[in-house]
Amino acid sequence: MGIIKARQLVHEYIRRDEEGNVESISTALDHLNLDVEQGQFIAVLGHNGSGKSTLAKHINALLTPTEGTLWVDGLDVSDEENVMTVRENAGMVFQNPDNQIIASVVEEDVAFGPENIGVPTDEIWDRVEQSLRTVGMLKYRTYSPNKLSGGQKQRVAIAGVLAMQPKCIVLDEPTAMLDPTGRRDVIRTALELNREKGVTIILITHYMEEVVEADRVFVMDEGKLVMQGTPREIFSRVEELKHYRLGVPQMTLLADELRRAGLPLAGGIMTREELVEELAKLRA
Amino acid sequence: MSIILDKVNYIYSPGTAYQVQALNDINLEIRDGQFIGVIGHTGSGKSTLIQHLNGLVKATSGNIYFNGEDIYAEDFDLKGLRTRVGLVFQYPEHQLFETTIFDDVCFGPKNQGLSKEKAGLRAFEALRSVGLSEEVYYHSPFELSGGQKRRVAIAGVLAMKPEVLILDEPTAGLDPAGRDEILRLLRELHRERGITVILVSHSMEDVADYVERIIVMNQGSVMLDDIPREVFLHYRELEAVGLAAPQVTYLMHELRERGLAVDTRATTLAEAKDTILKAFV
Repeated sequence: MGIIKARQLVHEYIRRDEEGNVESISTALDHLNLDVEQGQFIAVLGHNGSGKSTLAKHINALLTPTEGTLWVDGLDVSDEENVMTVRENAGMVFQNPDNQIIASVVEEDVAFGPENIGVPTDEIWDRVEQSLRTVGMLKYRTYSPNKLSGGQKQRVAIAGVLAMQPKCIVLDEPTAMLDPTGRRDVIRTALELNREKGVTIILITHYMEEVVEADRVFVMDEGKLVMQGTPREIFSRVEELKHYRLGVPQMTLLADELRRAGLPLAGGIMTREELVEELAKLRA
Repeated sequence: MSIILDKVNYIYSPGTAYQVQALNDINLEIRDGQFIGVIGHTGSGKSTLIQHLNGLVKATSGNIYFNGEDIYAEDFDLKGLRTRVGLVFQYPEHQLFETTIFDDVCFGPKNQGLSKEKAGLRAFEALRSVGLSEEVYYHSPFELSGGQKRRVAIAGVLAMKPEVLILDEPTAGLDPAGRDEILRLLRELHRERGITVILVSHSMEDVADYVERIIVMNQGSVMLDDIPREVFLHYRELEAVGLAAPQVTYLMHELRERGLAVDTRATTLAEAKDTILKAFV
């Protein structure tokens, strides 16, 4: 079994009036099936309200299924007894850098998680140091978090998750509020964790450019998985993506327009480097 | 008609150990009917700057003139200024609070002292202009998608009929289609109603595509202030302060290095396409 497996996963948000009668039910996840292998870098796309965040919260057992089953590293998240282990296995980083830092010193913030699960003190400090080094924030260990930029705060949040030594990290739009440098640093950190430490990464994003280095892309719509494949496969299906309120990377769009205008460019261009190579080849 | 900032300084917590000079001798003229982008890394002073434009924050020193009137003069109608210069904060949908969309949009004009009927008319007009269909006007704003909620929040400011509309990262967290919808809405408001639009953004591509003038903030000062293609020629300096140029700018420079005779000033997709095609003729 892979690190994450969902079968017929359903989640309903039920709204009740003041007397407790059901007012409305909205289905956020609708019989979703999904498999993620250990060590993969997965990008999840989908318009606002497509169910991405609801799915993310299941992987961390913040929400539990209404129906169906979700296993994280072989453990059923619906089983109360598994909840703590699931949360150790699957860490979560949210969108707003200001909402997830709690301590007044960076290293204490990172230490919070391992301390909470009873890691011995010496080991806590080892983990804190390693985690901060991995995200490139070691020299800020004694800083106050409010002196950091948005991107730096997000990297501290990632370090906090890393200190739990999870097998999998879910990042729910971690770059939505960041400036260009912050965005680049956070994505680079996520990639490094995946490539060098083998941590499974689930990246939820609205930026198509952040998806191109993923192993696989999942596209969600109305609580279902409607497309999956490599970034190249997914971004070759422009019309379908538009239908789901998504897009393609700008360079793919430009290559497409140039091709239409008569330049014989190869298909599947996603990055600037690829487009430059193709154009240089054409010229030679 | 314009907003003029004359030697504006703003210091947070002056006289304490936490003293920070957030704005440093800012001189700017925001002319009527412009579509302006403000960029800068986190903490560069962008938000402090825009909060000065509608009098929400008072400069430590310096003057601000709205249509020639000193906004710090004793007889100046500061409350009126806040409706003439509408400010849409980051994640404005978090500030929706009424039970229906319609009531939420009425809140601003009612607060301006308009009668219920007049406020209602304003709300209708504003909701229509942001492209929300009438069938949802009496629904709860919380039933809408992220992009729709944000449009309700923008309608709430538009209902006050501002002459200047300032938006702090209006597309953050929206899906690509939602992003396009909001930006196109702003372009329409700007073109058809002549509203001055000031867009604070972290997306260099959005700024390159939509605005006619970019103000780059760095450490509380105006670092660059020019048309997009000129600003992005300074892409190395922008990178040094945590910003970047649009993808297209980098592409142009890389193609140049490979010997293609493209115009390195191209910043939008359409410009890139034109100049690349020309290089192959």
